[in-house]
Amino acid sequence: MGTNRFNNFTEYGIGIGLRQPHYDHILSRKPVVDWFEIISENFMIDGGRPLQILDQILEQYKVVQHGVSMYFGSAEKPNREHLRRLKELVKRTKTPWLSDHLCWGSVDGRYTHDLLPMPYTFEAAKLTAQKVREVRDYLEVPIAVENVSSYAEYHVSEMSEWEFLNEVVERADCGILLDVNNIYVSSQNHSFDPFTYVNSVPAERIAQIHIAGHSKYRKYILDTHDHPVIDPVWKLYERAIQRAGHTATLLEWDDSIPSFKEVHNEALKANRFLAATALATAV
Amino acid sequence: MKLLELQRTMARAVMQPLTFTERMQRTAPDGQPMRAYAARFIKPNDRLTSFERLEIYNRQYWFRLLSSMVEDFPGLRAVLGASRFEAMSKAYITDCPSRSFTLRDLGSQLESWLHKNPRWAGKKQTLALDIVKLEWAEIEAFDGKAEPPLRPEDLSANAGADLRLRLQPYIQLLSLRYPVDDLLLEIKNTSEENEVASNAFQERRKHKRVQTVAKLKPAAIALAVHRIDNSVYFRRLEPEEFALLTELKQGRTLQKAVAHAFIETKIPPQELPALVQRWFHNWAALGWFCQSDQKTETSPRSTNPMNRKPTGAGRKRKIV
Repeated sequence: MGTNRFNNFTEYGIGIGLRQPHYDHILSRKPVVDWFEIISENFMIDGGRPLQILDQILEQYKVVQHGVSMYFGSAEKPNREHLRRLKELVKRTKTPWLSDHLCWGSVDGRYTHDLLPMPYTFEAAKLTAQKVREVRDYLEVPIAVENVSSYAEYHVSEMSEWEFLNEVVERADCGILLDVNNIYVSSQNHSFDPFTYVNSVPAERIAQIHIAGHSKYRKYILDTHDHPVIDPVWKLYERAIQRAGHTATLLEWDDSIPSFKEVHNEALKANRFLAATALATAV
Repeated sequence: MKLLELQRTMARAVMQPLTFTERMQRTAPDGQPMRAYAARFIKPNDRLTSFERLEIYNRQYWFRLLSSMVEDFPGLRAVLGASRFEAMSKAYITDCPSRSFTLRDLGSQLESWLHKNPRWAGKKQTLALDIVKLEWAEIEAFDGKAEPPLRPEDLSANAGADLRLRLQPYIQLLSLRYPVDDLLLEIKNTSEENEVASNAFQERRKHKRVQTVAKLKPAAIALAVHRIDNSVYFRRLEPEEFALLTELKQGRTLQKAVAHAFIETKIPPQELPALVQRWFHNWAALGWFCQSDQKTETSPRSTNPMNRKPTGAGRKRKIV
């Protein structure tokens, strides 16, 4: 239970993002952590300290790769150098699955280094799914696409965001990294019911879940990953695992990063929902 | 609007520089009002106009890329001053937008761009170019490839006139007109102290940093930017030492490299054999020579660290 072909049938628990301020603590104290998520691009290099640290982490922990610049939704072809380096890293980490975002961020070879929202059109869904397939075939590892936080919507959109996500994953036959914080942020920015989103995605494709904090401004919410998870996001998480079962869960904390212990404790709060779901299933 | 057209339209707006007050420009890249440009493809909602929604992405783009420049080039920032550095960075990013999937490469064109655009550094152009070379070399040395090193005993066993020695790919050799290695270390040390200092203390440190830059006199140096145990160090080189390493890096045989490196030397001929032997012993001890055509990445051996200058705590992880 709780596993699917989109995370290579692995039983992963609660992980946290591997971040530089925690390196010393992790390597010296060797805390018990189910798994670490790494940002692939930070390790797609030729040598030096980052790879040395990664190798030390790999000796003791399970690692899953998460990318930020594959840009499945960009209209251009995948960057071959990016793919080559990514494949080298996949061989190194033996990641059971690999995730990146359902967004675009580059055009005509120029990179914005941002996760820009997709127009929810059938043309875009078809092209995006094709790219997911190409990348999966090249990397030979299951792919999960993550829904992003967004601050803008396009006139050309022909469907809702969750309908677009479903269209892409069905066409690509890939998994979903369901970011419940991103769903909450976008629901506030675009005035939709976040539970409609969570209830609409195909539960059997949810390979992983992200939880995180965000920042609230007067007119919109920004996905900043610099706060604890708020209760409405935990409620979405609870609903997601009621539907998907025990799913690999990861807390993202990328800015104003507190101590390792604080980050890990925040992530472990997910246990109470996982336990309740397990109990409900058993009954 | 088709996908490619929409993405080009949005990217042009997102990558357009912000105003002086860090807001989105009122005029779009095509000359029409930005409000109309944004409204063509972005929906408004009950709280934000199309312009305001697009502006969120425009600001995020510039904040992200400018922070990356600050992180990568603290030395150049100290030389130019914070506001001039920011203006220069905006001009650079506009002329040379990122063409890499990683922000690590953002500054790869900065030296050549600054060379073609001397107005940003003015009278400090030579100093600015030197420090950019050094800061970019540090980035390259930090995560460059390391091959299995040749040990001193491998070297003596294979010594011969036709021997070609490969330098580790991560080693950067620089010929500079200012002693910017000391300057950069001073800047980094004061920056690290500032992280835990009071405002008044930071002001004094800033003043000291400005004085350090102002007082720096030209003095030609040769430098190797290298790694020991995966930390980056700067090592000053004698002119002949630099010439010899450069010749070897270019693939010359040992015999030709030695012949070229000492053409203009003032070192007495009788001292050369012992000197060259000592240099080679030191370089080999530092793991600077590597085996040919090896594809395996390994860490350099921990060796006797001679004349090394730590560059600080090492580069920080970058979120792309």
